Amino acid sequence: MIHTSKLTKTFTVKKEKIQAVKGVDIDVARGELVAFLGPNGAGKSTTLRMLTTLLAPTSGAARVAGVDVVADPAGVRSRIGYIGQGNGGGHSYRVIDELIMQGRFYGMNTTDARERADQLLKSLELQDLKKRTIIKLSGGQRRRMDVALGLMHSPTLLFLDEPSTGMDPQNRANLWEHIMRMRHEHGTTIVLTTHYLEEADTMSERVIVIDHGEIIADNTAARLKADLAGDLLAVEVSAAAAPEVRGLLGRAAAAGELEETAYDGVIRFRLRLPDGARLAPGLLRDMNDAGAPALRLELKPPTLDDVFLELTGRSLREGGKV
Amino acid sequence: MQLQQATAAGTAVRKPGIGRILQDTKYVFWREMLLVIRDPFSLIFSLVQPLVFLALFGPLLGAAVGVEAFGGESSLQWFLPGVVVMIALFGTSMTGSNLQYELMTGSYERILATPLSRSSLLIGRALKEWAPLVLQGLVIALASIPFGFVFYPLHVLFGLVVIGVFGIGLGALSYALALVTQGKEWVFWGVQQTLLFPLMILSGIMLPIEAGPRWMQVLSLFNPLTYMVNAERELFAGGLGWDTLWGVVAAVITAVVGLAVGVRVIKHSSL
Ligand SMILES: Nc1ncnc2c1ncn2[C@@H]1O[C@H](COP(=O)(O)OP(=O)(O)OP(=O)(O)O)[C@@H](O)[C@H]1O
Ligand SMILES: [Mg+2]
Repeated sequence: MIHTSKLTKTFTVKKEKIQAVKGVDIDVARGELVAFLGPNGAGKSTTLRMLTTLLAPTSGAARVAGVDVVADPAGVRSRIGYIGQGNGGGHSYRVIDELIMQGRFYGMNTTDARERADQLLKSLELQDLKKRTIIKLSGGQRRRMDVALGLMHSPTLLFLDEPSTGMDPQNRANLWEHIMRMRHEHGTTIVLTTHYLEEADTMSERVIVIDHGEIIADNTAARLKADLAGDLLAVEVSAAAAPEVRGLLGRAAAAGELEETAYDGVIRFRLRLPDGARLAPGLLRDMNDAGAPALRLELKPPTLDDVFLELTGRSLREGGKV
Repeated sequence: MQLQQATAAGTAVRKPGIGRILQDTKYVFWREMLLVIRDPFSLIFSLVQPLVFLALFGPLLGAAVGVEAFGGESSLQWFLPGVVVMIALFGTSMTGSNLQYELMTGSYERILATPLSRSSLLIGRALKEWAPLVLQGLVIALASIPFGFVFYPLHVLFGLVVIGVFGIGLGALSYALALVTQGKEWVFWGVQQTLLFPLMILSGIMLPIEAGPRWMQVLSLFNPLTYMVNAERELFAGGLGWDTLWGVVAAVITAVVGLAVGVRVIKHSSL
């Protein structure tokens, strides 16, 4: 569905060159759901805007839905849907008017467009706001309106740039339900960007991690986490048992470091353990056998943030800015 | 939450061509017109404005220049077509300003990502600025009849079409200007205003250019607006001759140049 080779975008602002996207190779098969994950300014939107023909690549090539983005941009546009990072509805328009016009732009007749608009308004819980002027919608309502606009013509390939930003948890869940249903019923291919780690983690099949305009990882969330992060294990033991446990954990931790803190006669060990959930029971048994039982145990599965941290040394969460 | 399969039309790939451009233009035009339809108040204002202008300026003009300057006709017969051209000039040169709002939100980007043909974006928006003129022109003409204006409906109608073609060109240029000045809205206004007034004065809209010095007369020959004004004057007087023909030529050239520049700028600022 999508194939790019060395896709590059360099902006020139006042003679200064900004390398927003540095030669990325992306392949997306029909029906896949792929998430671009990366910090602000990583180049996610720029990549999407090249794939949707809104920006001309500086160099490299991209084929989208079987069509070259440079040779036949109009051909690409008629085969895709795009929900940009900004608000797509014109401020002074009524919700329903914009939706119907959008359908018309894609060649739907008014009756079909109206019917489709009503469906979408209902499922995105906007039906009461049908006649409202867009500027009078709340941020989250406006975002849902953007999604409705992008879905009007039921594209087979859909690009979404941070679709859920600004939505409350219930609406976010609702949006995802919608997206999943689209995939399920129509086999829609979906490429999206997100800042919500959980979203990339639980919803998409594949995560492409982008940083400084480059792809630094591309795999399923599960593989990325297993390969790059591992579970976080914390064990507390009595001071007397500490030397024994230190040896056992030291061996298990292999390459990683073993952290140690002490309080109230209790020693707390922390370590990152690839496949930790499977190894932990054995470890506990060994500790028991050695007469050094655990007092407390915590096991935290890795997040994509841990993956990003491992890859870049920076965190994607608050305070993790470059 | 029920989501059904949408129409096949939604995913149909449409072939480019003239028919397609016309259809797309209709959609773009219609979307713009929705703003007027949903808020008809703006239309009422736009009807009152030229009437006020005409009522205040017309009598002064007749008194100041003298009836002889207009070949003995009512000064309105000479002045009114000028007002029509002026409204068209102000209206269509604003095409880009309405775009500026949409450039600031994601709304322009959303529309760019649809399969709409690029020239239809320009034509549709320019025509929206021209459309009220049809109504305005008729209202002004009718209102002027009691004051000695002779109304030739078919000629006037043709005159409005000619100015519409010119307006497409000017609107497209205004659109292009809005795109290249994106993020610096004041530059748009600076350029628009700076160009508008010399164009207007050098076309003889307000005062006959024949009364001016030689250099002004020469400059006016290079101003497409001059030919528009002359054509409209001939048409509004019930004539159909060389002035009209030159007006049509000037309008078509302006439209072709405007659209060529506009489409280029759209493709450059995006793809
Ligand atoms: N039109 C432009 N002109 C100049 N520089 C730009 C332009 N658009 C983006 N950039 C720069 O390119 C880089 C990548 O921007 P991009 O919008 O692709 O980031 P992003 O990954 O989408 O970030 P965010 O998560 O904040 O949306 C940034 O450094 C940005 O400042
Ligand atoms: Mg972005």
